[in-house]
Amino acid sequence: MQIAVVGLSHKTAPVEVREKVAFPESDQPAALQRLLACPGVTEGMIMSTCNRVEVYAVGEGGGDLGGNLAGFLAGSHAFPTDVLRRHLYLHTGEEAVRHLMKVSSSLDSMVLGEAQILGQVKEAFERAQGAGATGRILNELMKKTYSAAKTVRTDTGIARSAVSISSSAVELARKIFNDLAGKTVMIIGAGEMSELAVRHLIAQGATEIMVANRTFERAVELAKTFNGSAIAWEELAHHLVMSDIVISSTGAPHFILTVEMMRQVIHQRKHRPMFLIDIAVPRDIDPKINDLDNVYLYDIDDLESVVEANLKERQKEAEKAEAIIQREVGAFTAWINSLQVVPAIVALRRRGEEIRDAELAKALQRLGHLSSKDQEAVRALASGIVNKLLHGPVTALKREARGGETTLNVELVRELFGLAADSRSEETSDD
Amino acid sequence: VAGLAQKVFFNLTLLLYGLGTLHFLAYLVVRKEVITRVAFWVTASGFAAHTCFFAARMVQSGYFPVTNLFEAVSFFAWAITLFFLIYEGKYRLGVLGAFMMPVPLVLVLTAAALQQEIAPLMPALRSRWLFFHTSFAFLGYAAVAVTFAGGVMYLIQERQVKRKRSGVFFRLLPSLEILDRINYHSLTIGFALLTLGIITGAVWAEAAWGTYWSWDPKETWSLITWFIYAAILHARLTAGWRGRKAAWLAIVGFAGVLFTFFGVNLLLESIHAYN
Repeated sequence: MQIAVVGLSHKTAPVEVREKVAFPESDQPAALQRLLACPGVTEGMIMSTCNRVEVYAVGEGGGDLGGNLAGFLAGSHAFPTDVLRRHLYLHTGEEAVRHLMKVSSSLDSMVLGEAQILGQVKEAFERAQGAGATGRILNELMKKTYSAAKTVRTDTGIARSAVSISSSAVELARKIFNDLAGKTVMIIGAGEMSELAVRHLIAQGATEIMVANRTFERAVELAKTFNGSAIAWEELAHHLVMSDIVISSTGAPHFILTVEMMRQVIHQRKHRPMFLIDIAVPRDIDPKINDLDNVYLYDIDDLESVVEANLKERQKEAEKAEAIIQREVGAFTAWINSLQVVPAIVALRRRGEEIRDAELAKALQRLGHLSSKDQEAVRALASGIVNKLLHGPVTALKREARGGETTLNVELVRELFGLAADSRSEETSDD
Repeated sequence: VAGLAQKVFFNLTLLLYGLGTLHFLAYLVVRKEVITRVAFWVTASGFAAHTCFFAARMVQSGYFPVTNLFEAVSFFAWAITLFFLIYEGKYRLGVLGAFMMPVPLVLVLTAAALQQEIAPLMPALRSRWLFFHTSFAFLGYAAVAVTFAGGVMYLIQERQVKRKRSGVFFRLLPSLEILDRINYHSLTIGFALLTLGIITGAVWAEAAWGTYWSWDPKETWSLITWFIYAAILHARLTAGWRGRKAAWLAIVGFAGVLFTFFGVNLLLESIHAYN
């Protein structure tokens, strides 16, 4: 039994290559059938997202499973094999298992810890299931993979901190105001980034949205999209008193909010805290405002360095994730071993019993004069020898099944004791 | 039997507070929520043991056992733990334990080193005012201990947000709004209790010594502390002194509390000295 994965990702191939070997969803059922038709392949799964294309397969026999998969991938898209090979990675056995778990836990993603990938893996698996391309090996592998991905998500901080400008602004807002529900947001100017940030804030419960723009019509337009209200430019200072969060992104060449102005605003607000976000370049808000009490000012560089620090934090957490994945890889390997070991033990015992019974029959025929008590003794002798002889190998096999350190070869035991391969297929061929 | 029970309960309290505090501190490093839950229940069990200790002592001595330094320090710890459990139960901050629980732990450890014998009660203390005066005063101290811990947490978090550094505490500590709310809430309760403590003390003084106020050092320092807290409340309500300034004042106020409690006993001559 072999497991292998062949694929390419944003780390190994540019988008020009990725887009050529991608499997559109509609083509996947047919592609899965072709995959199953490859020599030696018994189970398969195809994962095709914008950042990666991967083919997983379980195979029987001693053929070159990885080579076959690479051939399948190239053949599916009439892509020159030698060019494709430069971008491909191939993992087999434990490494293939580990790779799937890392991908699913978002350790291999462009943005470490992003949440989408696990859903994409699930979809790929369900499509393979729907096409009848999965069996007990892939089913168990996915079970362990889900468990690994879930543990990584809950037990490490890999998905904890914000890694985009707008989400880090929200994260900061929630460290100033506990709950954004009922908070008032003022948008000064307009811009894609500020709109994105406002959408995040609304999703977190901010209800009151005000929009100020030099051109009142633009303000009205933008206010409509957020269900907010437009503010006349001249009344900006007056409305700032009511604003808890201010996002500014105008094209003005000078400061819109000055220290003197904000000192008054804060006073009129009775020193209730304010969070100012300045995403304009050149800046709209005088940086000295940050020195005022109860005002927290972040400009675009501040937010970017927060994001950078958070990404570093995720990288640190990813190291913890490796240990979790190692545990699940171990659990899966133990399961695979037990799958191969149990039939070997059964065959070994049966072989022993066959030899014992045959030899006993022969001997007892020749020793017809023995009393029934003596016959019992001979039987016990034969059983004793067989059991004692088999005890060693059986214990070793069981230890292997538990995933211990010893790497005893099941095949070797089969060969040493002359166990036919057919006894094995009849044991493992359920479902 | 009551003596043995006291010893057992006291040691149990010490052990459980120690374990609870250790878990709360471990949470700062390991940051798994389950640790704070364990720590909370261990601390709550310690509090139950502490309560049993006082009950046993009360049965044995026949009076409300806050009459000497050992009992006072121990009762102070009991009151702080009570307020900690109330606030942690309500806000579930997780980190509050690391900032508050070391205080009662150190107090109980200090108490363990003090003279623990039960002495016959001085005639002046034989009054039902003993219960009211000491309860109000100590519960007031404990409430402003919450304000103190909240103030320290606020200042740390404020610095993180202001300086744009998202360190470990940025993630662990709650929002500035919650911390400020806790500070205000506990300050209000603490101030009311301290006021009641001073009033009942004055009434008791009149009954025992014939004068409401005699400018004993303890009385003077209590009044100073009371004024600090009154000033914080006043500034908050009228001038909008919230956040950082309020947090600093809360720390100053608690220094006043500690001096009123320990400083007066150890450094100054006072009729309030526990002996």
